[in-house]
Amino acid sequence: MAKKEAIEVEGVVKEALPNAMFRVDLPNGHQVLAHASGKIRLHFIRILPGDRVLVELSPYDLTRGRITYRFR
Amino acid sequence: MPIVLKSKEEITLMREAGRAVGQVLEILKREIKPGLVGKKLDDIVRREFARRGATPTFLGYQGYPARVCVSVNDEVVHGIPNSRPMQEGDIVSIDLGATCKGFVGDAAITVCVGRVSPEAERLVRITEEALWEGIRAARVGVRLGEVSAAVQARAEQNGFSVVREYVGHGIGREMHEEPQVPNFGRPDQGPLLQTGMALAIEPMVTAGDWRTKRDSDNWTVRTLDGSLAAHFEHTVAVTDGAAEVLTLP
Repeated sequence: MAKKEAIEVEGVVKEALPNAMFRVDLPNGHQVLAHASGKIRLHFIRILPGDRVLVELSPYDLTRGRITYRFR
Repeated sequence: MPIVLKSKEEITLMREAGRAVGQVLEILKREIKPGLVGKKLDDIVRREFARRGATPTFLGYQGYPARVCVSVNDEVVHGIPNSRPMQEGDIVSIDLGATCKGFVGDAAITVCVGRVSPEAERLVRITEEALWEGIRAARVGVRLGEVSAAVQARAEQNGFSVVREYVGHGIGREMHEEPQVPNFGRPDQGPLLQTGMALAIEPMVTAGDWRTKRDSDNWTVRTLDGSLAAHFEHTVAVTDGAAEVLTLP
């Protein structure tokens, strides 16, 4: 079964926005708007500004992403 | 998420899952004829997996509702088996995954229903050749991009396109592990291949443009321009020398 293609990068949460959206700074200087993945929401993982997170980007819209993991 | 390397013992276990997939795909292939419905294939998988002590990996995977994917003509991957009869001239991609003793095997073939157009026949043949080009390129010490580039070259030299939005993947205890195995790219990109890596190499090739869309069932992926698509896949283990294909009968 094929996997949906995605680019994963580490970033730092800059700002928490309404609707479980976050502004995340990427190491390449870009900023993306990311929402929390279903798994993260399901387990009530709190994401706060300053947290290091893994963001999954769509190669076709590099300005939006999905937070799949929060590093401890 | 790092790439998980498999020990010799783990590769031995992966052969069992791989063989179950290879054998059952062979059985499904022989069933394909005009009038057959996809749901029948799902029934056969249930029966044959039970006999082999294999668990259908796809069933329930992120909510996928069947044991096998059946994708017809412009459907690229992830078609849900239905009760529409296959017709002479169709090309049907069958994608199957099995879990045995904790490890997953994953493979796919595209089968022609009766006589098909020369263009469809060529698409199917080139896609299978692209898979084998990729497998031949998968050797210890080369970059994963060599595999991707080999697949892409065979498809594009023949005037076809490779799908970008879906990719092959590492495989082991999980069906989808790192790394992603794209069917496009440059030979100098990607991680170095090492002994113990297991990869699902799966060219998805279209006769037209590579862009895809998803049906309202949220699974079926088809070409945006309605062109035909073919899909071949094997699970391979990277070892010293040639890659070992695990999903043969």
